[in-house]
Amino acid sequence: MNRIEQLFKNKGKNILNIYFTGGYPNLNDTETIILELEKAGADLIEIGMPYSDPLADGPTIQESGTAALKNGMTLDLLFQQVAVVRKQSNIPLIMMGYFNQMMQYGDMAFLEKCAEYGIDGLILPDMPLYVYEEKYKATFEKLNIGISFLITPQTSNERIKKIDELSKGFIYMVSSSAITGAKKGISEAQLDYFNRINGLQLQNPRLIGFGISDHETFSTACQYANGAIIGSAFIRALKASNNITQTIHNFIEMVKGKVTV
Amino acid sequence: MQEYKVDRRGYYGEFGGAYVPEMLYPNVEELRNRYLDIMHETSFQKEFQDLLKDYVGRPSPLYLAKRLSKHYNTNIFLKREDLNHTGAHKINNTIGQILLAKRLGKTRIIAETGAGQHGVATATVCALMGMECIVYMGAIDIERQAPNVSRMKMMGATVRPAMSGSQTLKDATNEAIRDWINNPVDTHYIIGSVVGPHPYPDMVARFQSVISEEMKWQLKEHTGNENPDIIIACVGGGSNAAGAYYHYMDDKDVRLVAVEAAGLGVDSGESAATSVLGSRGIIHGSRTLLMQTKDGQIIEPYSLSAGLDYPGIGPLHAHLIETGRAEAVSITDKEALDAAFFCSRQEGIIPALETAHAFAAMDKIKYKKDDIIVINLSGRGDKDLATFVKHL
Repeated sequence: MNRIEQLFKNKGKNILNIYFTGGYPNLNDTETIILELEKAGADLIEIGMPYSDPLADGPTIQESGTAALKNGMTLDLLFQQVAVVRKQSNIPLIMMGYFNQMMQYGDMAFLEKCAEYGIDGLILPDMPLYVYEEKYKATFEKLNIGISFLITPQTSNERIKKIDELSKGFIYMVSSSAITGAKKGISEAQLDYFNRINGLQLQNPRLIGFGISDHETFSTACQYANGAIIGSAFIRALKASNNITQTIHNFIEMVKGKVTV
Repeated sequence: MQEYKVDRRGYYGEFGGAYVPEMLYPNVEELRNRYLDIMHETSFQKEFQDLLKDYVGRPSPLYLAKRLSKHYNTNIFLKREDLNHTGAHKINNTIGQILLAKRLGKTRIIAETGAGQHGVATATVCALMGMECIVYMGAIDIERQAPNVSRMKMMGATVRPAMSGSQTLKDATNEAIRDWINNPVDTHYIIGSVVGPHPYPDMVARFQSVISEEMKWQLKEHTGNENPDIIIACVGGGSNAAGAYYHYMDDKDVRLVAVEAAGLGVDSGESAATSVLGSRGIIHGSRTLLMQTKDGQIIEPYSLSAGLDYPGIGPLHAHLIETGRAEAVSITDKEALDAAFFCSRQEGIIPALETAHAFAAMDKIKYKKDDIIVINLSGRGDKDLATFVKHL
């Protein structure tokens, strides 16, 4: 059982997963951001590997990635920063990026580095299921690295069952078929979708992502899943920040509001 | 046989596939499940063939370029895709895809464009079918291909500038993909080249294959033999080349020459010669050759020609080049400009700047006096006049 599975076992509800882009706003903010997020009460942290062409991300995250690359971020540096954090914290860490980044690093070397530096799970939105199943599943399992595949309102029940079978840790439930950060609030159609998924009796817990930005959307998401993922709203807060530590604490407080933890 | 056609999973050898986020999966899957059936329907074929004939003006002539042939001391035929309605081969594909989109029940069309030829061809078929049309175009390309922007607008399309990255074709493609993610139900994305996730490379190649289909009987009429010795085509993503090669890929005695844009020179750092500078990776949902850093960040390409200013090539071409079936040639901006002027003055035909790269390849490849060479004249140069005038 890795740290992600442990988290869902110990605390099945109201899980708050915060996404940030490695190397943003400043090249060496990774350590501060992770440690302060943990102190402020985030349960799970998703580290974005900045990418030149992030197809599944919206403009806010793309912009942060472009800035991080301009700051000089590389995968090697990100791994080093994670290693430093790992000595001080036991919070579950996920890396999110694109399959090409893993391929160019050397796919197996990348997975070994993840395991070595204490990354507990990966999100690679453009890696096809069959590629994972045929080529990487055995290695992920051997190295005890989780993987979260995405589902959307358009994903068929049959495919969701396959995704459930292959995911390890949690399923990333895209709240609507919209790119991250594009939508505000949660609609009736989305609630129908959440209910449909809950009816499928999946083995993996679910976190709802895309469009979660504040206390209202977070607490609604928590009623229909095990928790939620916030990305673009947090990046926007960092962008506007003069004091990262203070911003992080204010942001988490704003999101959690009266949700019991 | 058929070792150069796509396999069941959408690969050409090791290249191809569909590396798309889940948000795109249902759309891509629907296309994959239905494109072949729809394309084989009798009513589809009739509508497609009628439009190619009466609206596009096909067959496009195969013309023996006598003065060029004399200059190079060989036999050069030009496949006149520049004479198609809208001035390039791009319309072959947009006609096919809009008919397919209608049968899929889509009501809104999006497209990316580099030189603007595919954008114009998409705006054209949308006007023809009365469909909403949004074209994404890099902000830099909007500037350097202004006449095509005006044409798109005149036909009722909305042109949206892509402001990220290098503000060229790659970024326009990213924006179009994003639009599709945000509009998964009513929208069809008409990709303009043999790039993107399967089934796009195969689908676009099939729609463009009319080029080599005609070449076969036209060559037979001209020379008594339906096979040429050499086919030369420029390659950005590679749709005109795919169309010109398609029916010859398994005839290994036909040499296939793929001409890439070297920009300021292959080693200048300002280039788009993907087969030389690229390595295996994923771009726009396809496993292929692309220009990237060792960390997998996609490198901004450069070519004076907006249509070739792309850091990848279609997976079919990656396979043809990597297996040695096609030979790649790199042509600089300057060589292409010289060729554009030379062709204009020798034959009275002003080629598109993209196509001019294919003409320039005549100075680089080996050929014999008796060879029959076909250059795919993929588009006309009206859109590039502002660039040409600067070099007059």
